Amino acid sequence: MEKSKTYLGVEIKRPRTAFFELSSCEGCQLQILNKEASLLNFLDLLEIVNFREAMSNGSDDYEIAFVEGSVTRADEEERLLKIRKQATTLVALGSCACFGGVNQLKNRFHDLEWVKNEVYGGHPIETQEVRPLSDFVIVDLSIYGCPIKKEEVEEIVTNLVLGKSIDHPRYPVCMECTANGNICLFNLGEPCLGPVTRAGCDAWCPNNRMGCWGCRGPSDEANFSQLQEIMDSHNIPRQAMLDRLECFGGFSSAIREMEK
Amino acid sequence: MGESISCDININHLTRVEGHGNIRIRIKNGKVENASWDVVETPRFFEAILVGKHWENAPILCGRICGICSIGHTLASIRAVENAFAMVPSLQTQRLRLLLKHMETLQSHILHLYFLVAPDFLGTDSVLELIKPHGDEVQRAARLKLLANDGGDLIGGRRLHPTRTVVGGFTMLPDRIKLATLRQRLHAALADLNKTAELFGSFAIPDFTRETEFVSLKSDGNYPFIGGQLVSSDGVLREEEEYLTMSNEYMVSHSTSKWSKLSRPSLAVGALARINNNFASLHPHAQDIANNLGLHPVSHNPFMNNVAQLVECVHVVQDSISLIDELLGSEWQEPRQTVTPRAGAGTGAVEVPRGILYHWYQFDKDGRITRADCVIPTSQNNANIHYDIIALAQKLAAQGKDDQEIRLLAEMLVRSYDPCISCSVH
Repeated sequence: MEKSKTYLGVEIKRPRTAFFELSSCEGCQLQILNKEASLLNFLDLLEIVNFREAMSNGSDDYEIAFVEGSVTRADEEERLLKIRKQATTLVALGSCACFGGVNQLKNRFHDLEWVKNEVYGGHPIETQEVRPLSDFVIVDLSIYGCPIKKEEVEEIVTNLVLGKSIDHPRYPVCMECTANGNICLFNLGEPCLGPVTRAGCDAWCPNNRMGCWGCRGPSDEANFSQLQEIMDSHNIPRQAMLDRLECFGGFSSAIREMEK
Repeated sequence: MGESISCDININHLTRVEGHGNIRIRIKNGKVENASWDVVETPRFFEAILVGKHWENAPILCGRICGICSIGHTLASIRAVENAFAMVPSLQTQRLRLLLKHMETLQSHILHLYFLVAPDFLGTDSVLELIKPHGDEVQRAARLKLLANDGGDLIGGRRLHPTRTVVGGFTMLPDRIKLATLRQRLHAALADLNKTAELFGSFAIPDFTRETEFVSLKSDGNYPFIGGQLVSSDGVLREEEEYLTMSNEYMVSHSTSKWSKLSRPSLAVGALARINNNFASLHPHAQDIANNLGLHPVSHNPFMNNVAQLVECVHVVQDSISLIDELLGSEWQEPRQTVTPRAGAGTGAVEVPRGILYHWYQFDKDGRITRADCVIPTSQNNANIHYDIIALAQKLAAQGKDDQEIRLLAEMLVRSYDPCISCSVH
């Protein structure tokens, strides 16, 4: 007989877990299947009962639901409400689920007819304003990033299974970037949202000399007037800063505030 | 056998594919009344999203069209911008981009072959059920996938939604010692690929053919992946910027994804199309594997796309080894050229794992996007999948196959195309 896993002498129960996707690139679910060296151990923590991208014959009896993607159509709204009803814990997986992701950029036109016409001509097509999961249901846990970082997912899921508390960093990406000993990208002429974006990715993009685009949304007490000052002092056009702030949807309230 | 059968198959949200698609087959007294492939995925309107955005946003946003082929989208996007601004990447940048592309092709093909396809041939629901009875195979799949992903990290900064790839080149170059290590691991992977070929050689690939037209980039002596001329097996030849006459997108009522056609009602893109059109420029080792597995161009059996993907895995690993030798044999040059925007339009054609991908953008004089168009491989394949399902249903109905067998073969047929449905709707 297989020995069950224990933690501090207490038996661990593998939660019945399901993965779902709304409007998205399904990249976050793909990340779940990455980090191959520890993949089998990771999968062993959960009893996966529904994962359409990887398995047939999924079950609708689950405790934890991971939901990737944003809501852009009425049927997605219905599916989300159904998932919420079933799941004890609903996890928003990635920037689309947390903030609307890049999909929400279409909201900036405030004209769905124009948007539809631009892509489909006169062909009838159904769509609505893009919204994150939390606009419709209570989200128990958010996993940030575009894409999500598997190292972070492993840590969060382990804590979830063990019943430990899950705390996101309150400080910005700038802290992680500095700790990694990187050259500040502003000094290389590159705009960066590291000063205002929530950490936890270990400065994934700045480590690769690409300025942060803010996919994880704002850190606690993000200082936007300071950000504007930094951008100004490096002669970075305001539009370049706004492009980044509006890219993944996490800063939409900050942008509204800045535009006042 | 031979008895007139009736069945009504409705598969909503087919599993083990990327995105949401449905299969419908209705047979009454041995006659196919209705058969279709319906894409019901939600559109995300990327072409509209890009309007008004500055050029540097394009690769960042367009990489997000797809999680599986984000490297290909990023590279097609960069190429479209560079072509619009009349920029020619350095030889070093070209080599690094192709190497990065190869890592994506390997990762995606291995994921498809082992995680999505093999369970059908081994009679299980998912790769999870294969871990115990087929431990060696699952370990091998994980090893190959890890190698490809590590290569993606090393060159592109990140395996998915890459961070180092920019218009003009790269933000950073890979560590040379790590590049040499990647070369060693690629060399070792050839044994794993030979084993994979043995495994797939043991599978009975369904016997089904329907003649179609294959579209791909055209070989210039090298097996093509990034840019160049467009070719079809029916003899159509076009320049990269004439992609619209090659893809001819149109809408049908039962699909949120567009369809394509060229000389016939449908066309096919992807690994099988590439090999059918460019067999002679494959690496000799890849040609050997193709011959051993009975893949002889021109093959009109869509199930052979699985074999074609495996053959391409061998090709890209061999070619990656050569690319790394060339990179390590020369000094590093500047990683990134300066970008000077100008008014105009540009096309970027790239062979991503599922077939030829086109990005096209039009810019104003400040480098701001005024119009955008993205034509995705799976949208080009949708019509072909649809007509294949009809032909397959007719064949199986005539043979008097039962519901279960028709259902499984129809699912396997769609899976063999490795459709990227979210991507096709974008």
